[in-house]
Amino acid sequence: MLSIKNLHASVEGEEILKGINLEIKAGEVHAIMGPNGSGKSTLSQVLAGNETFEVTEGEVTLNGENLLEQETEERAREGVFLAFQYPVEIPGVSNLQFLRTAVNAKRKHRGEEELNAAEFMKLAKDVSRQVDLDPSFLKRGVNEGFSGGEKKRNEILQALLLEPKLAILDETDSGLDIDALKVVSDGVNALRSEDRAILMVTHYQRLLNHIVPDYVHVLAGGRIIKSGGRELALELEEKGYGWLGVKDDDASN
Amino acid sequence: MATTDTEVKELIKREYEHGFVTEIEADTFEPGLNEDVIRRLSKVKQEPEFMLEWRLKAYRRWLEMDDPTWAHVDYPEIDYNAISYYSAPKKQEDMPQSLDEVDPELLRTYEKLGIPLHEREKLAGVAVDAVFDSVSVATTFKEQLAEAGVIFCPISEAVQKYPELVEKYLGSVVPAGDNFFAALNSAVFSDGSFVYIPKGVRCPLELSTYFRINAANTGQFERTLIVADEGSYVSYLEGCTAPMRDENQLHAAVVELVALGDAQIKYSTVQNWYPGDEHGKGGIYNFVTKRGACLGKNSKISWTQVETGSAVTWKYPSCILKGENSVGEFYSVALTHNYQQADTGTKMIHLGKNTRSTIISKGISAGRSSNAYRGLVKFQPGAEGARNYTQCDSLLIGDRCGAHTFPYIESKNKSAIVEHEATTSKVSDEQMFLCRQRGIDPEQAVSMIVNGFCKEVFKELPMEFAVEAGKLLEVSLEGSVG
Repeated sequence: MLSIKNLHASVEGEEILKGINLEIKAGEVHAIMGPNGSGKSTLSQVLAGNETFEVTEGEVTLNGENLLEQETEERAREGVFLAFQYPVEIPGVSNLQFLRTAVNAKRKHRGEEELNAAEFMKLAKDVSRQVDLDPSFLKRGVNEGFSGGEKKRNEILQALLLEPKLAILDETDSGLDIDALKVVSDGVNALRSEDRAILMVTHYQRLLNHIVPDYVHVLAGGRIIKSGGRELALELEEKGYGWLGVKDDDASN
Repeated sequence: MATTDTEVKELIKREYEHGFVTEIEADTFEPGLNEDVIRRLSKVKQEPEFMLEWRLKAYRRWLEMDDPTWAHVDYPEIDYNAISYYSAPKKQEDMPQSLDEVDPELLRTYEKLGIPLHEREKLAGVAVDAVFDSVSVATTFKEQLAEAGVIFCPISEAVQKYPELVEKYLGSVVPAGDNFFAALNSAVFSDGSFVYIPKGVRCPLELSTYFRINAANTGQFERTLIVADEGSYVSYLEGCTAPMRDENQLHAAVVELVALGDAQIKYSTVQNWYPGDEHGKGGIYNFVTKRGACLGKNSKISWTQVETGSAVTWKYPSCILKGENSVGEFYSVALTHNYQQADTGTKMIHLGKNTRSTIISKGISAGRSSNAYRGLVKFQPGAEGARNYTQCDSLLIGDRCGAHTFPYIESKNKSAIVEHEATTSKVSDEQMFLCRQRGIDPEQAVSMIVNGFCKEVFKELPMEFAVEAGKLLEVSLEGSVG
């Protein structure tokens, strides 16, 4: 499904990704772990098409299509979804309007009929219950005045509504208490399916107790330095990143 | 942003939707302004003697005045002798009695503007007094209004039919010598609307007038007067568009509102005159004086405006709060793009006890435009317990535009309370990325973000206008992403 080859990317002239290689097949869940500053978030942003980052080398394909040639919104309509680490607020624009516009942009792209307000309302209400968000949140401004946990749940709500082919979850566990973590994880597990690939970016292994990955990769210094199965995450929890020769500023966890 | 240069250029090139010229023979005065022109104008309009005297007095005041220079706008000097002061569709002697009699060319013009009168009548139940150039050509729903005792007619007709009402209230809120443009308007006003709501009557319809500037080099000087007698209510809607022209067109309107005891007037405007092209060429000069007087106890005047058009806008819909417990409101969205300049805001003059006013202003600047809010809140000694709340927000799109805020507060009464909040924000890259990552087109994303920003004002608009206003912002913002 997703194929990344020798991906290099920089921001303001500084190279952050220094040759990433990664293959993810449909139905698989991959976790990318690594210390702060390793390039985890950059990888998510580059895949989603954030133009702050410049791709200097390499190629990325999604089901054979060259992703890097597509505009951000085209990638999204083709099924790339990024759950943001820090979801931004859009005051005055209701969540419902925002979500319906997004869902309909995608339906239109697929040649499906757009949903009217009533149809979408019903769908959105059902999904919001699934992530334990009161439907009243749909009427509030996008992320406006949401708590950290509510914002994260709102991201998962969007993923469930948009039914992506590739879901990238950027530090979706950060800032969540144990109950919220459970809700978010249940949401992500509901996303798992035969025809969907999931890429989880996380600093900590605790998320992986709830969402069990098929593969774990360690990203450090802009490269994947080790890959393995679920057990690699546990090993990292026990030993930290030090044994891989990587310095972690935030090793206390 | 990701939108490539070529895409942006394509979008910018989209021509002003309403830029076309209707070919209708116009009966037009030679350019120039002097007392003879005013006499001719008054004669053509068959006005009573008092009206001519009033015009001449205003003209003499105007001669002694200078163009105002204090606004944060810049435009070339206007040659008032190069302007023609009267233009009318030719068949004005026998005005059409129904739409069937209206010049089909004219009706097609309205259709191009998306204002099908027939549909409007049926669907919205709106009485439309359509001003085309300077003379009103179609007035509908007259009967229904007449039943309620409401007078809604062209002001030129009111001058003839209801001279006592006109003489009593015309210039009572905006005196002829109030300011340069008001004086000019008083001298040469062409036409406009007159509304009188009798005591205790709730006007059964939303009243609406569409203005349209058409003939080249013809300044248009509307004059609107709305009087709401004791305990009455009226909602008045004004909307306008103009065809594309290379030369700048002057528009200097005056709107006066009078609310007597317990009366309410809600005045809504959507203004979409030609703003000039992407190089700042052409466009309307919109120099308007709008003012309402809450004369009686518990009266209320509410201004809502959505200003997206015109090359230069100079406009301050204001309220004089004289009656005890009277209320003034001003809700405004002003959007500027390309080289547009807007200096707009309000004045709330508190004279009476416990008077209250609310100001919500939303300024949006894109391109190389300049957008200023200018507001005065004044408490006179008698304004015991008066209050004002002002919220003034600016939104910037891109980094070549400007937003300015000029709030003036004068208080001569210690018990008066004034609150002022102001913010300036940008449509951020993060917001745009979020929208686009969800598959939303960049143009649509900007439009959505801006509409969200304006929500507090849009909810004050009558329903059909709210939809139109949202659409208008979308059209006006085309090419702003880049």
